[in-house]
Amino acid sequence: MTEVTTPRQALLEVKGLRTAFPGEDGPVVLVDRVSLSVHAGETLAVVGESGSGKTMTFLSVLGLVPRPGRVVAGEVRFGGVDLVQLAPAELRAIRGAGVAMVFQDPLTALNPVFTIGDQLVEVIRAHRPLRAAAARKLAIETLERVHIPDPSRRVDDFPHQLSGGMRQRVLIAMAIALGPKVLVADEPTTALDVTVQAQILELLAELRAELGMGMVLITHDLGLVAKHAERVAVMYAGRVVETCRVEDGFADARHPYTRSLLGSIPRLDGPPGEALPAIEGMPPNLAALPPGCPFEPRCFLGRGRETCRASRPGLAATDREGHASACHHWSELAEDAA
Amino acid sequence: MTAGREVEHDGPLLRVEEVGKTFESSRGFLGRRRSTVRAVDNVSFELNRGETLGLVGETGSGKSTLGRLVLRLVDPSSGRIWFDGQEITALGRRRVRALRREVQMVFQDPYGSLDPRMRVGSLVAEPMVVHGLWRGDGPSRVAEVLGRVGLEPGHAERYPHEFSGGQRQRIGIARAMTVHPKLLVLDEPVSALDVSIQAQIINLLRALQREAGLAFLFIAHDLAVVRHVSDRVAVMYLGKIVEIGPRDALYGAPLHPYTVSLLSAVPVPDPQRERGRKRVVLHGEIGSATELPPGCRFHPRCYRARLIAAAARAPTVERAGTRLPALCVQHDPGLEPMGGAHRAACHFPERDGQRSELARAAAVEVASPSR
Repeated sequence: MTEVTTPRQALLEVKGLRTAFPGEDGPVVLVDRVSLSVHAGETLAVVGESGSGKTMTFLSVLGLVPRPGRVVAGEVRFGGVDLVQLAPAELRAIRGAGVAMVFQDPLTALNPVFTIGDQLVEVIRAHRPLRAAAARKLAIETLERVHIPDPSRRVDDFPHQLSGGMRQRVLIAMAIALGPKVLVADEPTTALDVTVQAQILELLAELRAELGMGMVLITHDLGLVAKHAERVAVMYAGRVVETCRVEDGFADARHPYTRSLLGSIPRLDGPPGEALPAIEGMPPNLAALPPGCPFEPRCFLGRGRETCRASRPGLAATDREGHASACHHWSELAEDAA
Repeated sequence: MTAGREVEHDGPLLRVEEVGKTFESSRGFLGRRRSTVRAVDNVSFELNRGETLGLVGETGSGKSTLGRLVLRLVDPSSGRIWFDGQEITALGRRRVRALRREVQMVFQDPYGSLDPRMRVGSLVAEPMVVHGLWRGDGPSRVAEVLGRVGLEPGHAERYPHEFSGGQRQRIGIARAMTVHPKLLVLDEPVSALDVSIQAQIINLLRALQREAGLAFLFIAHDLAVVRHVSDRVAVMYLGKIVEIGPRDALYGAPLHPYTVSLLSAVPVPDPQRERGRKRVVLHGEIGSATELPPGCRFHPRCYRARLIAAAARAPTVERAGTRLPALCVQHDPGLEPMGGAHRAACHFPERDGQRSELARAAAVEVASPSR
C-alpha cells in the first residue's frame, strides 16, 4: 500500500491554480497558485481550516466554482486535456466518469422527493446510453458495491428512509457508478458518528483498491489523515503551505503551521489535562492579506521577523525528497528535529 | 437556592437518580402509529463541586437530553434530581429561574444562541438583569468578564455577526460566567470550531474552571476532547449509561464492548501508531430508542457477545441468524461496580484476564498524565 518508489504518471495534475471572487477592493483570491497531483491507487489528503481554500480548490478542478467567482489562472491536467479550458458540456462528461466528488452533507446532496434508485439511474443515464432496465440493474449493482444491505429492495427507498451512514453510502455509489479515475471526498464523514465514520472510510479504502482510483480526502481531522492517506497537502489562506508523505510530515513537519496544528489537538494518546499549545489569533482576512507570510502573526518561528513580514514565501523543496514547504525558515525546523 | 446562603451542602453538587425521559412520537401516515422514544432511560450519576464529568455518545444516545434535564429545560418522566442538596425534580417556574443562575449552559452553536439584534455588551449583561443582579457595578462586571474570556472592552459595542465562531463561543461563555454559576452544562462547546480555535476555547474553559471552582457537565462526541477535559467520563448508548468511571480507568482499560469499539474507531494523528492499530468492527448501525431490543440494547451490534457465544462460554440462543449468549438477549444488564468507581452495564465485560484479543489490539497506548 505504501510503496511509491516508481514514479508514475499522475492521474490528475493541478498546476498554479488560482480562483478569485470580486470584492469591494478588488479581487479576493481564495485559491492561490495551488499545485497538486493525484496518482492511481493513492490517497492525497488535503488539510486545512475553514476558509483555507481546500474545498474551493476542488470545486475549481471540477468547474463548479459558484458565481461570480472564477478560475483566473492555472491548469488542471486530466487524461491529456486541460479541464480549465473545456466547455461546460465537455466538463460535464468528465465529471462523474473521470473525476467524481462526494460531498459532506448527505441529506442536502440527495433530492428528497425521488427514490435513491431514480437518482442513481439519472446519473448513470446522463453519461451512458443505457435503457432504463439496464441502468436500474447497474444502480442495484452499485448499491451492492457500497454494501447497502438488500439493494434490490432499498433501491426504491427515499433518502429519508435511510440512516445518515446509509445516505453517505448512496452518495458514494452515485460518485463511483460511472467508474471514475479520481474520487474527491470532501469531509465525507464530518456529519457522521464515529463508529459509522470508520465504516465509511473503510469502504472508501476498499473501493480505491478495487477500482484502482486515485483519491483525494479533504478533511480537518489529522487522525483520518494518519490512517487513510499516503500524501498530505496542508493549506492555509488559499495556498498549499506544506506537502509531503504522511509518514514524514507528522513526525517532522517543515512548516510551523503544520507543527502547531498537530500540537494543538487533544489526542487519545496524549497527556490529558494540560494546557494545549493553542495557535493564538485567527486566520487572516483574505480580502486584506499583508504583503508577508499570512501565518506570520500567529507563528512561533517567524512572528515579528523582518523576512516573514517582507514577502510571502512560495512552496519550495526542502531537504527531504517529495517534501515542500512555504516557509522562509523551514531549515530551522529541520535542524530542530536533528 | 437564595443568593445569600452561607452554608454549602457538603454532598455532591448534582445528583441524578434513576432519571428517565420518554417522548411520544407519531410515525406513519398522519401520525396514526404512535410510539414512545425512551431518550433517557433510568440514568443515575453524581457530579462533585469543581469536577468535570464528560458525557460521550453517538446520535440518539440521549446525552443532550440528559443535559437539558439537569437544566430543567425538559421535565423528567421519572426519577429525581438534586442540585446542591435541594431536590429540583419538580420546581415551580420561579424556582427554576433561580436554579438557572447557578446552572448555566453553553451551546454548540454560539450563533444560534445569541440574539443577532443585541450588542455584545447587552448580551453579556442580560443574564445579570434576568436574575436581578444588575447593580451599579454592572458595566464594569461586563467589561471584566469580556476581558476574562479574551475579548476587548470595545467588543461590547458590536453585534454577534461581526465575530468569528471562536469569538462567538467566547461571548457565550462570558454570558454564562457573569452570574457566578456553580455548574456549567456544555453541549458540544467546541465541535463547530476549527482545530486551532478548539484548543483556545478548551484552555479558556479549563482556566475559568480552576479560578471559579466550577463543575462541568461536558457533553461531546469527540472522545479525545472529552478525555482531555474530564475527571470522570460516562458513555451513553441509546439512552442509558453503559459505562462510567475515572478518566484513566475508562480510557486505559475500557470494560464495555461499546466503549472499546468507540475508542478503536477514533484515529490517532500518528501514522506509525495508527496503521498498527486494529479496529473493532461493529455490526449494523446505531439502533433506535423507539425500538429497543430486549435484553442488552447493544447486543445486535456487539462483537463481544458473538465471541462469547462462539467460544461456548455461556448458554446461547439464536437471534436473527446469529448465535448470542442467552443472557445478552434476555436480560438488560444493570450498571454494576467493577472495581473502584468504575462501573459498566455488561454481562461479559472486558475485564483483566478475560480481555478479548480484539480489545487489546484496538487499544491506544495512553501517555500517563504528567502531573
